[in-house]
Amino acid sequence: MIDDATFWTLTVLLGIGTFLIRFSFLGFFGRRQLPDWVVLHLKYVGVGVLPAMVTPLVLWPQATGGETDPARVIAALVTFLVALRLSVTGALLAGMGTLYLMQALL
Amino acid sequence: MTRKAFWQGYRDCAPFIAVVVPFSLLFGVVARDAGLDLLQVMAMAVLVIAGASQFTALALLQEHAPVFIALIAALAVNLRMALYSAALVPHVGHARLGIRALMAYLMVDQAYAVAVKTYEEKPGMSRAEKVAYYFGVMALICPFWYGCTLIGALVGTAIPTSLQLDFAAPVCFIAIAAPLLRSLPHMLAAAVSVGCAILFAGFPAGLGLIAAALVAMLVGAQAELALRRRAARREAEGRA
Repeated sequence: MIDDATFWTLTVLLGIGTFLIRFSFLGFFGRRQLPDWVVLHLKYVGVGVLPAMVTPLVLWPQATGGETDPARVIAALVTFLVALRLSVTGALLAGMGTLYLMQALL
Repeated sequence: MTRKAFWQGYRDCAPFIAVVVPFSLLFGVVARDAGLDLLQVMAMAVLVIAGASQFTALALLQEHAPVFIALIAALAVNLRMALYSAALVPHVGHARLGIRALMAYLMVDQAYAVAVKTYEEKPGMSRAEKVAYYFGVMALICPFWYGCTLIGALVGTAIPTSLQLDFAAPVCFIAIAAPLLRSLPHMLAAAVSVGCAILFAGFPAGLGLIAAALVAMLVGAQAELALRRRAARREAEGRA
């Protein structure tokens, strides 16, 4: 069981902290012009963050207790190729579909 | 015009409903399973609206980690949003403080990715249209986030684990990231991001992600500068 006081303390602080992170630049520096070098690096936020977030989820999923699962690795690659060539919706369907197929086959 | 931009955002974001639905459903199911009551599950979804950190917080609560540690880990997972916040400034930084606060509250991975991609593809959008577009995106995602968390919490353990809903999260992030690979520096940055994530796997939760992202951003930016220098040099040689 999770203690009520612990839960509410964590949830309220996490809510406030997460809001402050999201508000940081928009809220405090909103009307200021950003320097060129900042703009240059910001172009690479998406490709910097997302692959690093995906990698551990694919290689060491919690669902398998952190064991690498070939079905998930293959499904991730298929998702990537479909997203690159076709569409986002297609990639989502192909990704989950490949996972089910691979788990049925392997 | 802003109304048109609002509905454009609403439509552009539609594919990501396929991601938000399983992710929020799953959170509802897992949180109830961990012993939270309905009010607690919904409070977390509404106050935090950040799936990855909600899962992190939940896992650490279950392990009876100290509140302070759970808070730091969950916040570290969300640090990436400071980067989103900065990336949105050139586009919507002009809005009123109250509007910006609301935008900040609603800032999620999908909204950021869809909005910034559109802003870059359509430089002709007015400032008001960009703000309207952003809220259009969230007007679709947000109700689904709350609603499906509630449904997940209500149906609880009735969803079979054989559906592997946990895998919807990485599939979603891959689908968002792939279209971003539109130049050599972007591809290089993404490859470095994956490599560093593996290299930094032993770092405490969230820190490896931040470190990998920072290295990848540096590499991407430097690659772009190197390409620009080479192009300038070629041009100079051509003229000589």
